[in-house]
Order: sequence, then C-alpha cells, then structure tokens
Amino acid sequence: MKKTALFTIIGLIAMSFMLPTGPSASQIIQKVDDNMSSDTRITESQMIIHGRRNSRTITSIGYSRGKYDNFTEYLAPEREKGTKMLKLKDYLWIYSPSSDRTIQLSGHMLRQSVMGSDLSYEDMMEDRKLLDIYNAEIEGEEEVDGKKVWRLALTAKVDDATYHSRKLWVEQERFVPLKEDLFAKSGQLLKRTVMSDIKKVDGKWYPHKMNYKDMLKDGQGTDFVVTKMQINVPIADEVFNKSNLKK
Amino acid sequence: MRLAFKLAFRNLIGAGLRTWLNVIVLAFAFILIVFYHGLNSGWNEQAKRETVEWEVGQGQLRNNGYDPYDPFTIADGHGRIDNPQAQGLEPVLIRQGSIYPDGRMFSTFLRGMDPNQKVLKVPVHLLKDSKADFPVLIGKRMAESAHLKQGDEVLMRWRDKHGTYDATTITVAGIFDSNLPSIDAGQIWMDIHKLWEITGMPENEATFYISATAKENMDVEGWTYYNQASLVQYIDDLAEMDKIGAMIMYGLLLAIALLAIFDTQVLSIFRRQKEIGTYIALGLTRARVVAIFTVEGSMYSIFASVVGMVAGYPLFAYFAKTGIGMGETPANGIATLQRIYPVYGVGLIVSTTALVIISATIVSFLPSKKIARMNPVDALKGKLQ
Repeated sequence: MKKTALFTIIGLIAMSFMLPTGPSASQIIQKVDDNMSSDTRITESQMIIHGRRNSRTITSIGYSRGKYDNFTEYLAPEREKGTKMLKLKDYLWIYSPSSDRTIQLSGHMLRQSVMGSDLSYEDMMEDRKLLDIYNAEIEGEEEVDGKKVWRLALTAKVDDATYHSRKLWVEQERFVPLKEDLFAKSGQLLKRTVMSDIKKVDGKWYPHKMNYKDMLKDGQGTDFVVTKMQINVPIADEVFNKSNLKK
Repeated sequence: MRLAFKLAFRNLIGAGLRTWLNVIVLAFAFILIVFYHGLNSGWNEQAKRETVEWEVGQGQLRNNGYDPYDPFTIADGHGRIDNPQAQGLEPVLIRQGSIYPDGRMFSTFLRGMDPNQKVLKVPVHLLKDSKADFPVLIGKRMAESAHLKQGDEVLMRWRDKHGTYDATTITVAGIFDSNLPSIDAGQIWMDIHKLWEITGMPENEATFYISATAKENMDVEGWTYYNQASLVQYIDDLAEMDKIGAMIMYGLLLAIALLAIFDTQVLSIFRRQKEIGTYIALGLTRARVVAIFTVEGSMYSIFASVVGMVAGYPLFAYFAKTGIGMGETPANGIATLQRIYPVYGVGLIVSTTALVIISATIVSFLPSKKIARMNPVDALKGKLQ
C-alpha cells in the first residue's frame, strides 16, 4: 500500500514536469525582441498624420543598424523633402535643407512631436530593452483580431521610465505585438499603438502598419505604414555619419 | 527787446486769419506731442505697477539654470535653499505640463505657489477655499483660449522629477483677471505643496523665490538676485523704443507746422521790405530788425503753446481721469492694459513748450537772416532783392 502511494506521488511529480507549460512573460518579451530586431534594416515607409481637418502623408526611407544607430531621410512632401535625421545612441541630429543647418536635439526638445505626429522624438529615442526598465507578468490570454494573444502587464522597475506601466498584447503564434497601451503613474491611459498587416520578412514577422494614438487627444492618431523592408542587408558606415546629413 | 515783442504782437494780431491758421497747426502738434508722451508715461507707470504687483514682487532670486526667456531651461532650472521664509522669500516652482480640454492638447506651465503668500496679487488663496481634490487657478486669457470656466474639470498631464508621465483631473477653482499675459496665458496656478507632491520634489524646491521686501542684493551660491528695478527695466526700454517711433510721427507733424511758419516768414520779409528799410533808416541796427522778425515768428509758438494748453487741458484732464480703452489685447507679450491712464508731468509740458518755441524761433530766424544782407535804399524803394 505504501509502495503504491509512493509510486503515485513520484508519477505525479514526473508528469507535472512533462506537461507542456507556456513561456514566462520575460521569455515572451525576449522572443518578441528577437523577432523584431535585426542587425540592419532598410525601411521605406509612409507616416500618415491625421489632423482635425485633414491628413498629410510623409514618405521616408530609414536605415538602422543594431539598436542604437538610425538614419532617416524624408522624401515627400516637397516641404519636408531633404530633411534628414541621424540618431547615434543618445544623440539626435536633424538637418533642415531650407536653412541648410544641422541641429542637435537634446533635453526637452526631444519631447516635441515628430513632424506634428502623435510620436515624440523621445518615443523614437527610447532604446533600452523593455526588460531593463519593466517587470513583466502575464495577465491573461485573449483574442485580438481572431488571433490568440498573451496580455502582458509591465510595471516600471526604474525611476526614469517615461511610462510607468504598459500593457502589451503579443500574438502567441508569431511572437509579434499587436497592441500596446502606455499608462501614466496614476493609471491613466496615455498612448496606444495598434500593429497590423503582419508580414514575414527574411524569416521574421514584422507588423507593416502601426497606428500611434495619443489617447488624451481627439483624432485618429498617426499611421506608420511600411511600404518596403529589407533586413540584414549591408549598409555602408558612412550612412551613420554626421557628414551624411548635409549630402 | 520789449519793442520787438510789442511790434511782433501787434503784427501777428493784425495779420488775423493767417496768424491763427499757423497757431492752430502748431497748437495741434503741441497737443499731440503732450498727449502721446502722457500716454506713453501712463502706460509705462501702469505696466511697471502691474508687473510688480502680479509678477516680480520686490525682487527675485532665480536659479542660475533658469532663463525666463528659454522654456527649455524650466526642466533643470530649479533648486532649493534652506528656510527661504526666514529670509522673506516666497518659493515659486514652474514645471511643464499639458491639459486636454475637449480632446485638444494645450501645452501649459504649472506654477506652484503657497496659497498663504502675500507677495503677489495672484489670488492663490482661492485654492484653500476650494472643495475640489485638485483645485487650480487660471487667468482669463487661459480660460478663454482653453474654453474653461470656473468649476470645469479637465485632464492634466505632467512629468515627475524623473521624467515619468503622470496625469489626473484638475478643477478650475477660480479665474483671475490680470493685465499681465506672462502670468496668465498658458499658465496653471496651483498650491506649491501639491506641485511638490505630484512631481516628487522636496519642500522649498523652486524655480525662483520672490522677495517680500526690497533688497539690493543677495549672495546665494547657484542663485542670482534680481532687484525690482532690474526686473522692470525692460518696460522702460520698451517705452523708450516706443518714444523713438512716436518722435518720428510727431516730428513730421511739427515739421509741417514749422514749414507754415517758415513760409509765412519768407512771405512776410518779401512783402514788408519797405518796412524793413524804414526801420533801418530810423536807426535800428540790422541785428535788431532781424530780432524783431525772429521774435514775430517765434511768437506763433508762444500763442500755439497757450492755445494748446487752453484747448488741450480739458482733453488731458478728461483722459487722465477716465483713461483710454485699448480694447481686447492679445494673449502674449508684456503688460497689455485694457485702459491706459495718461500721466502729464510738469516736465513734459515745459519740455514740449520749449521744443515748440525753440524750433519755431530757429525756423523764423533762418529767413530773417536775409534782412542783414539787404540794401536799405533798395528796401525803402521796395525793390526786389
């Protein structure tokens, strides 16, 4: 009798190890990071800024290398054409062809909106890993656009996080975020990003349409549409050089 | 000289309408100069008074990192001194934030001040009486532009001292009426204790301290003291600049009036050659004859000053009492007064009178110089010279 009980307990313990368990919140975020990041990336995109009365579309081409280096050149409309932006680690420079000047954005200038969109330069500058800033936990599972997703709750573990907490909806099948909510310390929802049009690029799943919305303002926010993307292609070092801004 | 005045007076009265036309034009210039100077002085005095009462107090001790003309310095331009109240200093902390009335974003400056303060006229004491969780005070310009009224609730977003966003609903506990857009447009006033709490800043943290008593200087490391005179100096500078612009305007007007006197003098000397010849023949020196004609010309300005003062006094007195309505003023820049009360000092009247008399004397003398070169015989004959 004693033997039977002992075997039952050992069996149950062994079975519990054999049962399939889901990944932890940290693992999910890590997988999302792995999926979304690449050594280099060239992206042709359109930023559609929805205003109160009308919308305007800004076309650009962006080159990125690793997590820190970024170069963007605006191609249209005529007013923005030739404007270039270079980000190297914590530094951001903008070249304006109309004044033929390069200015470095720092401090509070980074809190300004990018070309009148719902995105701030600071939003673009944040390149710390989510797991370095937030403690993550899985809040639950649900469906977004018919896809099974994990709902992750991230709470800041450092003092200087721009957003005190976030909620992230990650598609279970492809490890792509479909939605993200950013919250103030008080719990007030501040911004929402909705990702869609997920396409595979060189073995990685990447959303080709993103809508950034300041939830405190009326309006439809800003759409960011990727029209062409290449990843892990060689990019010359000169692209990420300040001298490239005036070329 | 007495004879010159006597003759000049008789001649001018005898000339009738011609004299009075010249006098009226010159008197008009006189009134306008005095009026405009009075308006400028009135604005200057009022603007300074309002700025002192509502914004600068008796002086300010500013953090060296803060530049009121550069909003980007607000983030880091703050600090703390020990026990400022004992030194008669009232802390004011400024932070940046946004409010969202009707789904529109308004960038604002959050100004924290102690509701018990007595150094400024801003009615922050109203915050003490409010029952709202987070009462704030705004100016009428801010209320108009954001479409807010007393009792309205609106969402406010700001960042704490580490840069993390926070947001909550605030209630408009009161709307004040000030002529100073710099403390009104885009400004939200709140209890400084609340601002310290929501930004996580320690007590007495301030962007600047307002002095309750007049001090010439304060020596605090990391801070610079600005006395009241230096804080309102820009108003004097602006008034001075405005004066230069105005001088061009009334300089032109005065030039027209003086041109009329000049013309009259030229015509007078041409038509009265026989009279000039007679004076010389009777033994008057040429210099005396020149003096008679110059005095005659300058007497226009004396008449004009008298007429100007008589006609202008009721006008000046009326406006000094009731003020001049300037209408609705734009919500930016320096003190924009809805009603300006002109100030006319004795110095202003004396200097304007002197200006008119001296300039009229000069333009009267210029054509009169010709008399010195006249041949008395030809003059007696009335020959053209």
